[in-house]
Amino acid sequence: MDRYKTLFNQLKERHQGAFVPFVMIGDPDPQSSFEIICQLIDSGADALELGFPYSDPIADGPTIQKAAIRALKAGATPPRCFEILGRIRARYPEIPVGLLLYSNLVLAKGIDSFYLQAKSAGVDSILIADVPLREIDPFKHAASNAGIAQILIAPPNASDDALLKIAKASYGYTYVLGRAGVTGAETDADLDAKELLDKLQQAHSAPSLLGFGISRPEQVKQALNAGADGAISGSATVNIIEKHLNDKQQTLAELDEFVQSMKAATIRD
Amino acid sequence: MNKLNSRFGEFGGMYVPELLIPALDQLEQAFIDACEDASFQQEFTALLNDYAGRPTPLTLTRNLVSNPLVKLYLKREDLLHGGAHKTNQVLGQALLTKRMGKTEVIAETGAGQHGTATALACALLGLKARIYMGAKDVERQAPNVFRMRLMGAEVIPVSAGSGTLKDAVNEAMRDWSANYDKAHYLLGTAAGPHPFPTIVREFHRMIGEEVREQVMQKEGRLPDSLVACVGGGSNAIGMFADFIDQPEVKLIGVEPAGKGLHTHLHGATICKGSKGILHGSHTFIMQDKEGQIEESYSVSAGLDYPAVGPQHAHLAQTGRAEYVAVTDEEALHAFQLLARKEGIIPALESSHALAHALNMADEAQQETIIVVNLSGRGDKDLAHVTSILGDEFNGQI
Repeated sequence: MDRYKTLFNQLKERHQGAFVPFVMIGDPDPQSSFEIICQLIDSGADALELGFPYSDPIADGPTIQKAAIRALKAGATPPRCFEILGRIRARYPEIPVGLLLYSNLVLAKGIDSFYLQAKSAGVDSILIADVPLREIDPFKHAASNAGIAQILIAPPNASDDALLKIAKASYGYTYVLGRAGVTGAETDADLDAKELLDKLQQAHSAPSLLGFGISRPEQVKQALNAGADGAISGSATVNIIEKHLNDKQQTLAELDEFVQSMKAATIRD
Repeated sequence: MNKLNSRFGEFGGMYVPELLIPALDQLEQAFIDACEDASFQQEFTALLNDYAGRPTPLTLTRNLVSNPLVKLYLKREDLLHGGAHKTNQVLGQALLTKRMGKTEVIAETGAGQHGTATALACALLGLKARIYMGAKDVERQAPNVFRMRLMGAEVIPVSAGSGTLKDAVNEAMRDWSANYDKAHYLLGTAAGPHPFPTIVREFHRMIGEEVREQVMQKEGRLPDSLVACVGGGSNAIGMFADFIDQPEVKLIGVEPAGKGLHTHLHGATICKGSKGILHGSHTFIMQDKEGQIEESYSVSAGLDYPAVGPQHAHLAQTGRAEYVAVTDEEALHAFQLLARKEGIIPALESSHALAHALNMADEAQQETIIVVNLSGRGDKDLAHVTSILGDEFNGQI
């Protein structure tokens, strides 16, 4: 069942890191969003991080906020999002799929039933941007009942004690913050994350994916060199969708080029 | 783990990105230390007394109430420097900012009252303030924007989302995520993640403590009811805190019913909302069935917020406090009545509390002492009320 484990083992054998793009489900509209996600996979994404649009995304910068607004306007309700996820899973049985969303969307549905529904839509992991380790218990419980990996974030400012607990509690992978702040390609990740990554490794953390401020292939290389198992790129991916809102073919072509170049950077020397 | 309790029953908590946890822990520790530090308390008290003008008077209304059984008192937070109760807790948090060695302050504001209080405290204490305000509110509240800028604060309009208070809070939290090392987020109400609801309550607690002393002095007994308006709930919790353990004193929070609770145009989160998470706290919020946050509405910008402080959610659930809602129209009526009968122009927020207290006064069948928290003065609302009542208005109600 564990698609993340399989993926990270395969990548290890091939001497590669993981490239994981993020997009908002339903951006710019549900049908285009399905095609966009398929394109990301066809172009070489190793796993996916997908957002559910939310009205008040406090951890996101302007790029991803705007994506959420576009998706909400286009009618991407949670049921629509689950439906798209189900179609992705049917077409791509192997790729690990993670959800990234906000707590109130989970609560509104009921924590347990949200996780069960995610499981049946083929979701492998869930990361809730506004639920820190301290509030994770009911979510973690639901995750383990449903057979979903609960992802936690390891920020650069966490105490050693907190890092140890985060490493222990995060399954599937650990989302390592490349820098403080909110999501966005405007501010680069601080790729001197070696100390943080070392500490996680010593604590036997699940594989680490570095995110926040990753938009170029050389940053992916640096992330891997610092000890990450892969890199997540959200705002840079979403920027491409925003740039060509009225030209789907151009969006898909540019995403293809972007994902290929980022994926190429994951091949270790 | 937390040193203070982060919950009020099932409500409260710290639903924020992991990145903000160290900053919230640092704040909790600074608050605990400050509570035990006599010099902090001394400085806070001196600022409250000599700069802000505490204690504020308790005024017995002369003409407002016709029922001879009722004595209606007003707790005059409208007379506090800055024009509202907000100044109390802002001074406290500004002192905490300095204690933590931070030099900048981030704040959000709706009507501009919390922003104004933040700007004055930062001017006084030499802190650099940047204040997020919904773009719509910047337009609606031009005089307060100018006040803040005059006192040296940077006002940043937020056009994302609905361009109102909740979007300003989002933006302030984003700023804090990037700048927690040197900046304190000076949250403006008794809501948000722990430890804010506790800190804001404790820094407003003197409102209720003074009421107790003043009523005892004037009447020789405790009041029967305390009435306060509730948006986020800071003036209400400040008034209630000292009385929570005395069930013989009724606590009544008044929410904005806007155009009516049967419409979508209101901000009555306890009366009509449902449980959820917004801005770091598990509480009552306004949301659709999928969990997307809905816009609130009220004639009073200070009550126009789609969540409520978690302790109010708890007081409502346990029944210790009662929460009711008052419409725009009723509040506007009370606003005019107080001006006409007592020569006091209240804030539209406080007018909600007053409107409900007047209904209680009409219905009272035995001797009753009611205290209304007159949390702010109405100068800031004059342009808005003029636009509603029209130029023809000549003082008749």
